[in-house]
Amino acid sequence: MRVPLSWLKEFVDVALPVEVLAERLTTAGLEVSHIEYIGLPQQTIPGVRYPKSDHLVWDREKILLGAIREVKRHPEADRLLLAMVDYGGPELEQCVTGAPNIGQYAGLGPLETPLWTPFAMEGAQVWDGHSEERKLMTLKGKSLRGIYNKSMVCSEKELGISDEHEGILLLDPQPNFVPGTPLADVLGDVILHVELTPNFGHALSILGVAREVAALTGQELREPSYVLRGRGAPVAQAIEVEIRDAQRNPRFTLTLLRGAKVQPSPQWMQRRLKAVGQRPINNIVDVTNYVMFEMGQPLHAFDYDKLLARAKGRTPKLITRLAREGETLKTLDGQERALSVNDIVIADNDDVAISLAAVMGGYDTEIDDNTTNVLLEAATWDFISVRRTAHSQKLFSEASTRFSRNLHPSRAILGNQRGMALMQQVAGGEVAEGLLDAYPQPAEPITISLPLHEIKRLLGIEMSVQQAAELLTRLQFDVTLEGETLHVTAPTYRTDIGTGVIGQADLIEELARLIGYDRIPDTIMADEMPPQRSFRAFEMEERVRDLLVSLGLRENISYRFSTPEAEARLVPPGAVSSFPQAEYVALQNPISADKTVLRHTLLAGLLENAARNLRYAQRQQVFEIGSVYLKQGTGLPAEPLRLGLLMTGARRPAAWPDSAAPAGDVDFYDLKGLIEGLLEGLHIRDYVVRRSTHSSFHPGRSADLLIAGQPVGAFGQLHPLVAQAIRWEGAPVLMAELDLEALISAAPVRHTFAPLPTTPAVLEDIAIVVREDVPHAEVEALIRRAGGPLLKDVRLFDVYRGSQIGEGHKSLAYALTYQTNERTLTDKDVQKIRQKIVATLEKQLEARLRA
Amino acid sequence: MSDSLQTLTDEALHALEQCADDDSLQAWKVKYLGQKGVVRDLMNKIASLPVEERKPYGLAVNGFKEALSHAYEARLQALQDAKLARDLEEGALDITMPGRPRQVGGLHPSTQTLRQIYAIWADMGFQVYKSRDVEDDDTNFTLLNIPPHHPARDMQDTFYTTEPNIILRTHTSPGQIRAMRDLGQGGTQPIRVILPGMCYRYEQITPRSEVQFHQVEGLVIGRNIRMSDLKGTITAFARRMFGEQAAVRFRASYFPFTEPSMEIDVECFLCDGQGCRICKHSGWLEIAGSGMVHPTVLRNGGYDPTQWSGFAFGMGPERMTILKHGIEDIRYFWANDIRFLEQF
Repeated sequence: MRVPLSWLKEFVDVALPVEVLAERLTTAGLEVSHIEYIGLPQQTIPGVRYPKSDHLVWDREKILLGAIREVKRHPEADRLLLAMVDYGGPELEQCVTGAPNIGQYAGLGPLETPLWTPFAMEGAQVWDGHSEERKLMTLKGKSLRGIYNKSMVCSEKELGISDEHEGILLLDPQPNFVPGTPLADVLGDVILHVELTPNFGHALSILGVAREVAALTGQELREPSYVLRGRGAPVAQAIEVEIRDAQRNPRFTLTLLRGAKVQPSPQWMQRRLKAVGQRPINNIVDVTNYVMFEMGQPLHAFDYDKLLARAKGRTPKLITRLAREGETLKTLDGQERALSVNDIVIADNDDVAISLAAVMGGYDTEIDDNTTNVLLEAATWDFISVRRTAHSQKLFSEASTRFSRNLHPSRAILGNQRGMALMQQVAGGEVAEGLLDAYPQPAEPITISLPLHEIKRLLGIEMSVQQAAELLTRLQFDVTLEGETLHVTAPTYRTDIGTGVIGQADLIEELARLIGYDRIPDTIMADEMPPQRSFRAFEMEERVRDLLVSLGLRENISYRFSTPEAEARLVPPGAVSSFPQAEYVALQNPISADKTVLRHTLLAGLLENAARNLRYAQRQQVFEIGSVYLKQGTGLPAEPLRLGLLMTGARRPAAWPDSAAPAGDVDFYDLKGLIEGLLEGLHIRDYVVRRSTHSSFHPGRSADLLIAGQPVGAFGQLHPLVAQAIRWEGAPVLMAELDLEALISAAPVRHTFAPLPTTPAVLEDIAIVVREDVPHAEVEALIRRAGGPLLKDVRLFDVYRGSQIGEGHKSLAYALTYQTNERTLTDKDVQKIRQKIVATLEKQLEARLRA
Repeated sequence: MSDSLQTLTDEALHALEQCADDDSLQAWKVKYLGQKGVVRDLMNKIASLPVEERKPYGLAVNGFKEALSHAYEARLQALQDAKLARDLEEGALDITMPGRPRQVGGLHPSTQTLRQIYAIWADMGFQVYKSRDVEDDDTNFTLLNIPPHHPARDMQDTFYTTEPNIILRTHTSPGQIRAMRDLGQGGTQPIRVILPGMCYRYEQITPRSEVQFHQVEGLVIGRNIRMSDLKGTITAFARRMFGEQAAVRFRASYFPFTEPSMEIDVECFLCDGQGCRICKHSGWLEIAGSGMVHPTVLRNGGYDPTQWSGFAFGMGPERMTILKHGIEDIRYFWANDIRFLEQF
């Protein structure tokens, strides 16, 4: 909301520099996001920071209020004029100007009433009116078609008031100022841009902000006059009102102006409307807007004669009611609107809708240039209905914004009185006697009892009842004291104030705001500490992150949105998906076509990231931890945590001297090693892998991970068909998706330390030739069984295939570690065990020792 | 005798000086100090001398032997030193060549900031509590004192799911209700938790706004929690997060679920409050919203608002990361561009 300081000062004195005022308002909850200066200088106040403004500052010596006493023709140029300007100096200044809007005065001789206008002297800086972009110019004396000129009468653009440059700015007569007064004192202004949160509906007006300023600075508030004097036939004889739903339309008031003349509003009103961003239309419409900006109550003016015509001889009648299914209305913007059953309308004698209540008037009864009798409406509407209508009709007007912040019915009558008085002032005519006030269920006042100790309990500060009462009184609360308790009645317009314990909190907030939050001390909590809980799942999740980082992986965090199609691309055509079969959590209002549901898997996101990164990095090793979302019937979905892994590209980062021939690309065993590293870090030992049937993975190069017999996920190389479907262009991709919660709960809370060996170990390598189809795990298991308790460790360190081994065979080389704490083992001990191992392998697997 | 020994000594030492490598040195050693060397020869001659000459002769030859041995040791050392010096020199590498990279992993910048936040709050006794992403309308709004059609609902653009009343949480505040109901034991236990998590807003994705972002909510409930405690606690947090000297400003604001409500600003640490592009020339950076828990919310959490009070706050880790590192575009966070991630 734009708040011109000049308008604000009509209701409250402002002694503070405007920058300090802005800061004070901001800390009190009325955020001043921007200060706009018109002609006045910006002040630098220590501790108050606003961006440096680059507006034009009007030189107090050189930019003055001028009065053109006579307009002469330029002897040498048809389109130029000579304005004879009284600027308080010893003689009139002759200004050469091309302003078309004073041409009509040329050659009339000395004017009876002067033309008031801004006047800039030699040396003054103004904006260049002819330049497209903002450019400063300094006035210098020079000859214009033979006449020497060193000063200027100015347009709004030249002064930085607006972009208007059609002619010079002509002001209404200025009885309060003499020619030569610094223009800054006449037209200088500051506009505060105030951003109001939803609870500040009562401050959505100049008066509303003035109330806050008065309370914050301890100044007195000057309310506008709401006195209205009527004459002639009462309004109640001219119109009838029927409220059909008092819940939705609590109050409806009408006044009538007879014999008004529709014309442009006076300059002062137009200036103020422009200053708050409202385009002036005509005096009747302008008054309705003016009062809304001034005191917050939107008004609506009907052409009474149009209603009379519609009444066809009856007394005109206005009915307020909910719209009907299928009903339409042409609003004053000329649009034919389909109404919904939640919209409130105003209807005529025949129950035909003629206005969309609170949001926009109707086309058929609007004020036009020929209107003479004006019926002025000020009403109160249910704010929820107004919000609904504004949303459904997409009509967010100044009026609907105010109504949807819950205006109190008390404002309607004041707004109507104020509006009608102003209307008569600017449009003439006669106000009809009385004010028609339909108010079926008057609202109860809000009263709250606030014991003093509650202030201390919630704010932590000491305050006397008198102090508290004084502060609340400043905000127009009515306070009576009873011992240590304040009995408070809220001003009617404060519809944000509740009752009971909520009302108490509301009052305490008002007290804190007025004191200033910075004056409430900073303390350390002295309250009892809550019982401490352990949160192992969270701690372990972070531990998994650390382990994966130590294993060299980078963390990704992806959008948790996806589409069923994007996830389906991870399943080869015709295959049955291994992803959760649950329904998706689907969005009713997706923001884009690629984010329609919440994900079922982390793999799609990880793959998309990797594909995007392929341009910069062939080698990627990343993980992501996050929820997937599985609908379970109705209600809230399950949100199980998953761990996703992705690796692709070179096994090691490229380095000289063998950058050109790196260690090769990662394969299944790199991923398996990573997972084994993670399991080891988590001290999980009881796990096995078995061949996986996961639809997204290469059937021969993927595995399911089972911990304590329970599957916790799958890992492997991305299925070639999937790689093809997503047009993957990098090296093979290895991925895993594991159930993080299962992983975490499988990790032992404690693990037992294994004492360090006290005797040296005997190390020995053994190479076994077996058939190609014998899995390593079988060989290892047999070695361990045959090796008995003295064989401490078996590690595969090489696999060899070649002609010496024979077709269909492979050689597996194992490093064996023998050790016991009971004695130091001898070669003889070891030889015996070794023989047993070889014999077992020969017998069970038809293996032979490699020569 | 002694003259000829002296000559021999000079000869030997001269020859030693000519030894420039291990081989010649060893040859010299064999010649003079070896089993069949000069010293041994001289020693052997002692038996053929008259008894009275044997002692002085023996002494002289011993002196000769010692002089040679010392000289040998010194020469050996010198040669070794020279060789080492040569080796070291020859072994010098071009230290300007690049090191061989190790595989370095790393946490996402949001996680790093989250952990910083966790650690500071943990020191002040705040434990982590996790709450769900997909919420019901009641918990996200109504129980937080934002009834249907309340103007405050305009402040948060919501993702709705196809199931009525099921939405994506727009803030972590619904976690307040869940934490109170879960930990409060019917409104009888104090609470001090932070609630981190992802939130969702129906907003266009631009350099300044995202559809998902983390929030860390804080909630304190006790029998004696005052607004001054809120100020002191959050100021303590801000000083640890942004520097001991950080000036903190509390500015009245509005959230339906707190009262009084406030925005918290810290003096811009990029320009020391002088005004810059990042703080939009205000000198202040908004870091959190907070307030005293609204009586309605306390009640909805199972607490009697006349006996219990509390404060709550909410902060954005991405926003803090952006401010700290001068990141100009929030869209980097979920794009997972490796060149972005590698900078953290």
